[in-house]
Amino acid sequence: MEQTVEYAHATGLLSGIWLLVAIPLASATVLLLLGRKADKWGHWLGVAAVAATFVLGLAMFFSLAGLDAEARSAEQSLWDFIVVGELHVDFGLLFDPLSGVFVLLITGVGSLIHLYAVGYMEHDEGRRKFFAYFNLFVAAMLLLVLGNNYVMLYFGWEGVGLASYLLISFWYTRPSAATAGKKAFLMNRVGDAGLAIGIFLMFATLGTTQYDEVFNGVGALSAATILVLGILLLLGAAGKSGQFPLQAWLPDAMEGPTPVSALIHAATMVTAGVYLIARSNPIFSANTTLQTIVVSVGALTLLMGCIIGAAKDDIKRVLAWSTVSQIGYMFLGVGLGGGAYALAIIHLLAHGFFKANMFLGAGSVMHGMHDQVDIRRFGGLRKYMKWTWLTFMMGWLAIIGIPPLSGYFSKEPIIAAAFERGDWTSWLYGMAALLGAGLTAFYMTRLFVLTFHGPERYTEDNKHPHESPYIMTVPLMLLAVGSIGAGFLMASSVPDWLEPTFGAEAVEHHAVMPHWLITVLSLLVTVLGAGLAWALFRNGTAKQEQPAGVLVTAARRNLYTDAFNEAVFERPGIYLTRALVFLDNKGIDGAVNGLAAAVGGSSGRLRRLQTGFVRSYALSMLTGVVLVVGAFLAIQLGWLA
Amino acid sequence: MTPDYYLVLAAILFTIGAAGVLVRRNAIVLFMCIELMLNAANLALVTFSRINGTLDGQIISFFVMVVAAAEVVIGLAIIMSIFRTRRSASVDDANLLKY
Repeated sequence: MEQTVEYAHATGLLSGIWLLVAIPLASATVLLLLGRKADKWGHWLGVAAVAATFVLGLAMFFSLAGLDAEARSAEQSLWDFIVVGELHVDFGLLFDPLSGVFVLLITGVGSLIHLYAVGYMEHDEGRRKFFAYFNLFVAAMLLLVLGNNYVMLYFGWEGVGLASYLLISFWYTRPSAATAGKKAFLMNRVGDAGLAIGIFLMFATLGTTQYDEVFNGVGALSAATILVLGILLLLGAAGKSGQFPLQAWLPDAMEGPTPVSALIHAATMVTAGVYLIARSNPIFSANTTLQTIVVSVGALTLLMGCIIGAAKDDIKRVLAWSTVSQIGYMFLGVGLGGGAYALAIIHLLAHGFFKANMFLGAGSVMHGMHDQVDIRRFGGLRKYMKWTWLTFMMGWLAIIGIPPLSGYFSKEPIIAAAFERGDWTSWLYGMAALLGAGLTAFYMTRLFVLTFHGPERYTEDNKHPHESPYIMTVPLMLLAVGSIGAGFLMASSVPDWLEPTFGAEAVEHHAVMPHWLITVLSLLVTVLGAGLAWALFRNGTAKQEQPAGVLVTAARRNLYTDAFNEAVFERPGIYLTRALVFLDNKGIDGAVNGLAAAVGGSSGRLRRLQTGFVRSYALSMLTGVVLVVGAFLAIQLGWLA
Repeated sequence: MTPDYYLVLAAILFTIGAAGVLVRRNAIVLFMCIELMLNAANLALVTFSRINGTLDGQIISFFVMVVAAAEVVIGLAIIMSIFRTRRSASVDDANLLKY
């Protein structure tokens, strides 16, 4: 069953893959170094850099597609990155079908969001800095997906983490944004530590971190090693992708500007975890226990995200929990293994389009409503924002999976794949995925109806909503087109395209029910959920948060996961710190200061012996001499014997 | 005549000198008492030299005389200098060098 992984050397156009990382990095450097001098044109440089990268990426993608199916990869070693003893890490890049689709997603959606941000950030003084960070993010993300070994991946991984932190707390004068940035940074550290230890373990057992050498060597490892390695990688993936148990930072990350939420915390960076697992597919496929863990994390997170998303009133938080939930679907996909790897990637790409579309739509709504984010204070915006309404509707229909929009082609196969696991767990995971589909339809419809339909419930100072300028609506339209068309296009092409990375799809199917029945069921729960939400929220909602039952209260409080983290990790940490500070102040400082005081005090008393009277010195000398002579005599005369 | 008498005389001279150093205040007197103690020591050394029939003790006593001469020069200079600044030769008044 072992399949040898081998990458071809980069030739022709593909030998320029380093440019993909270098262009946005150069632009970020220029913007940061020039400072205020670049304020006038800096944003256009940022857009141009990403657009140029997209064009270059597209050319390389087609150049790769022109190669034979077996030779579709391009590896390039730029220089020795780290050489210490046995450890040898290349600064190497790899452009293969998997990184190819990621490059297109990152730069394609990234270009549109950069363009949108030119309009969105127009009145912000820090727009140039914003674009510098945004370009830095794109460069780091491209490095992450283009690296040819795990250390390069980790390099990019930390780079996107840095950019994410900088951009979440971009409006750092707001305490909530600064806190959200720190929260994201801390929770990511937990995951990153797992990934780092995973890479150490890889080096300790296999002696290398190169993708091809690692994947070819996995077969020689014991099952326990693979399990531990996989769990460590999964921890890293869960931290970056906002999966259980490290999901709490992602919704708070919405404190950043909306384009950041769209690009980093919906379309690209948070899917890095899915990329990591998909890239490491030979490791994850080698251990069924590991796959079960990944599937369970995915299923649990997707349900949590749906339930919490249905109870939130902040438009961006709903979308954030929806992101958590949709990435749960992707984890479910990559955990199922086999043909489902490709399905997860398709869902990732489709999600990149429709979620970026909806986030930018939400940004457009906020732009027209003086930064109001509470969906209880929206309503009837359809009349004022035609384009935003229309494009958001495409995103909404896509995410709930109405055919023929993209969500239908990407989500429904994952649900079907969950039912195909072959034993009783098929029912567990399949039903979770199916229930998730219904809940997704419910909360997205609630969001859509409360925002764009029903009676107007604006606050007093907000009576005149307006549509956003074209520089913001045009990217929305393009993304909406992607939400409509991308699903079918990808569902028919991506599995074949990714075959060199994931291997041929296994033909064995253990479906517990026929495929058409699953399709019908998933459409049924979707329509049911959407219909229920439509019926409940068509007439608007209360303008204030109302008392609610146990489940809704729990969901509003993020299912008490924050409270759990606070009680189990934060409080004991604070108490431990306090105890240590007390020990330091009273114990260690006390001992040191006490010793110093004792020495000082006794020497203060001892120096009183220096009276300054010559005759008293003479007396003590004489006494000493008498004593010495006495002792001498005593010994000589044998008195002491 | 036994040498013991010389030793007893040396002991008596030394004791007188030591007692003088302890009880007198005048620096000049103190100085003379110190000289007395040194010479008592010299007397003892010469006596032991005689008893043992070697010259070691006599040689050491010459050394003591040389050192005593040097000491007198420096010591008297110090006492002069103190007397000039303080108009007093009492050793109890020169007590600045203390805690």
